[in-house]
Amino acid sequence: MVLTDYEVTALLLSLKVASVAVIASLPFGIFCAWVLARLEFRGKSIVDSIIHLPLVLPPVVVGYLLLVSMGKKGLIGHYLYAWFGISFSFSWRGAALAAAVVSFPLMVRAIRQSIEAVDIRLEQAARTLGSGKWRVFFTITLPLMSPGIVSGMIIAFARSLGEFGSTITFVSNIPGQTQTIPLAMFSFIETPGAEYQAMRLCVISVVIALMSLMASQWLTKKAQQRTASVC
Amino acid sequence: MLVVNIKKQLGETLLNINAELPLSGVTAVFGRSGAGKTSLVNILGGLSTPDSGEIKLGDKVLYQQGKVNLPPEKRHIGYVFQESRLFPHYKVRGNLNYGNRHQDPTQFANIVKLLGIEHLLDRYPITLSGGEKQRVAIGRALLTSPDLLLMDEPLASLDLPRKRELIAYLQTLARNLKLPIVYVSHSLDEILQLANHMLVLNQGELIAAGPLAQVWNSEQMRPWMPPQELSALIHTRVANQHPQYAMTQLMLDDGNHLWVNTPQWQQQPNQDAIMVRIQANHVALALTPPQQSSIRNCLRGIIKQLSPSADGDQIQVKIALGKDELWANITPWACDDLELCAGKTVYAQIKGVSMSQNDMAQSN
Repeated sequence: MVLTDYEVTALLLSLKVASVAVIASLPFGIFCAWVLARLEFRGKSIVDSIIHLPLVLPPVVVGYLLLVSMGKKGLIGHYLYAWFGISFSFSWRGAALAAAVVSFPLMVRAIRQSIEAVDIRLEQAARTLGSGKWRVFFTITLPLMSPGIVSGMIIAFARSLGEFGSTITFVSNIPGQTQTIPLAMFSFIETPGAEYQAMRLCVISVVIALMSLMASQWLTKKAQQRTASVC
Repeated sequence: MLVVNIKKQLGETLLNINAELPLSGVTAVFGRSGAGKTSLVNILGGLSTPDSGEIKLGDKVLYQQGKVNLPPEKRHIGYVFQESRLFPHYKVRGNLNYGNRHQDPTQFANIVKLLGIEHLLDRYPITLSGGEKQRVAIGRALLTSPDLLLMDEPLASLDLPRKRELIAYLQTLARNLKLPIVYVSHSLDEILQLANHMLVLNQGELIAAGPLAQVWNSEQMRPWMPPQELSALIHTRVANQHPQYAMTQLMLDDGNHLWVNTPQWQQQPNQDAIMVRIQANHVALALTPPQQSSIRNCLRGIIKQLSPSADGDQIQVKIALGKDELWANITPWACDDLELCAGKTVYAQIKGVSMSQNDMAQSN
């Protein structure tokens, strides 16, 4: 099966949007997961709820909120455009932002679980061996939570690939700009007589999803082998 | 001197320690579980903060209420935990080098050799036995070149053969390194084998502190030794080796001598100071030196004190042998028959086989 230019464009855009969404949100994801796993503070349950909000809100609401806040004339987007010339409207960056926001809670959940599984006593031991808090984090905590980081990234990547509702609300459906595979498929379904094209995109989606699931299993297994056992 | 003067509320017990520990040899911290032993070493290591007081290691202030509280990484104190706490994602070599800033290859080689872990360097912790893990953990702490080493029941999670194996390494370590060690244990056997000094904790309070034999033989230790386990530590020096049998003669300060099975650690005679534990149940008393007895050891001493045990089943007799003291458990009947009283001269008979390797430790 040879892909058409149209399909290749949508596929590459999907991969770009999902990769950027995952990579850009990862540091925040690790930070939020660490805060939720290790700190006790007042209002923690509120922070926890806000992080999880995109998981339960209808995607169209997320898209609308992004439009209101991050659009070129939005509350925050207005300043971003004026000061840095950054605009999310009708561009792949907006699609990536929407994907990042929607997949963020899934990423944080996976990473948080892996941080909670890291034995604090190992970190204490590292402190007594002369390492400050940051070195302990990068040499002990981070490597030991890597299985959770990997699975968090994969699940966020898969969720980003499938993102539809908030993307179409926030940045519309522009071929080559914001038209990822789900959006392209939606266009074909809307078009009479394009069942075949819709089916081809459906197969592509299934293949990518299977590949990322298998990659996730393989990576998680590798990471677990490295960090196996509690000593 | 390690000066510890701290208070910390631990649930319902108040940990209240005011002690000066010598910066040489092994200082044992002894007490029942819940006495505050681990809390004390955690405070020394900086893993927990006292409510008030002061800790000084030599001239260096580690903690002073409201002013100084050095984090663990700045204290230069090594810590060997009950569970080895090796990092699972590093090989043994990586674990050893984790805190080894100077990367001095000679020191690395020495410590690896001392602990016998050369063949383990390229393995991951999960593949090691409990004893091997503990040796790596000890090496890892030593390679940070600490000013003080804390050990929190490092043998507690091991089975008996592994304990024996590791205790031999610890003895070598304590003898070869000029590094003060604070050793937490609830096992008097381990303490006898390793320690020079001893602190006794009970419900957060320090109830005795000092050189091992002094604390061991003190009244404060009696509650930890039930009548059948009552024992005394005696200072001796190696005098002679039996020409035919594997027996060694130990000389007491007052000229009495003691034959024991030759210790496994064959040492050169004459100079080695050895501490021997003698169980009160293994001592029989006679008013005249016995003739033609299988019991090789007959020590002349003077009764210092007679006290009935708590249940009244036996009389605990304290006998002075020069500066040393010995306990003997006898029945009230035997006591009345021999008309024992304080000041009377007696001959304490001790079977040579009753003193095992576990009852002897080098005390220099």
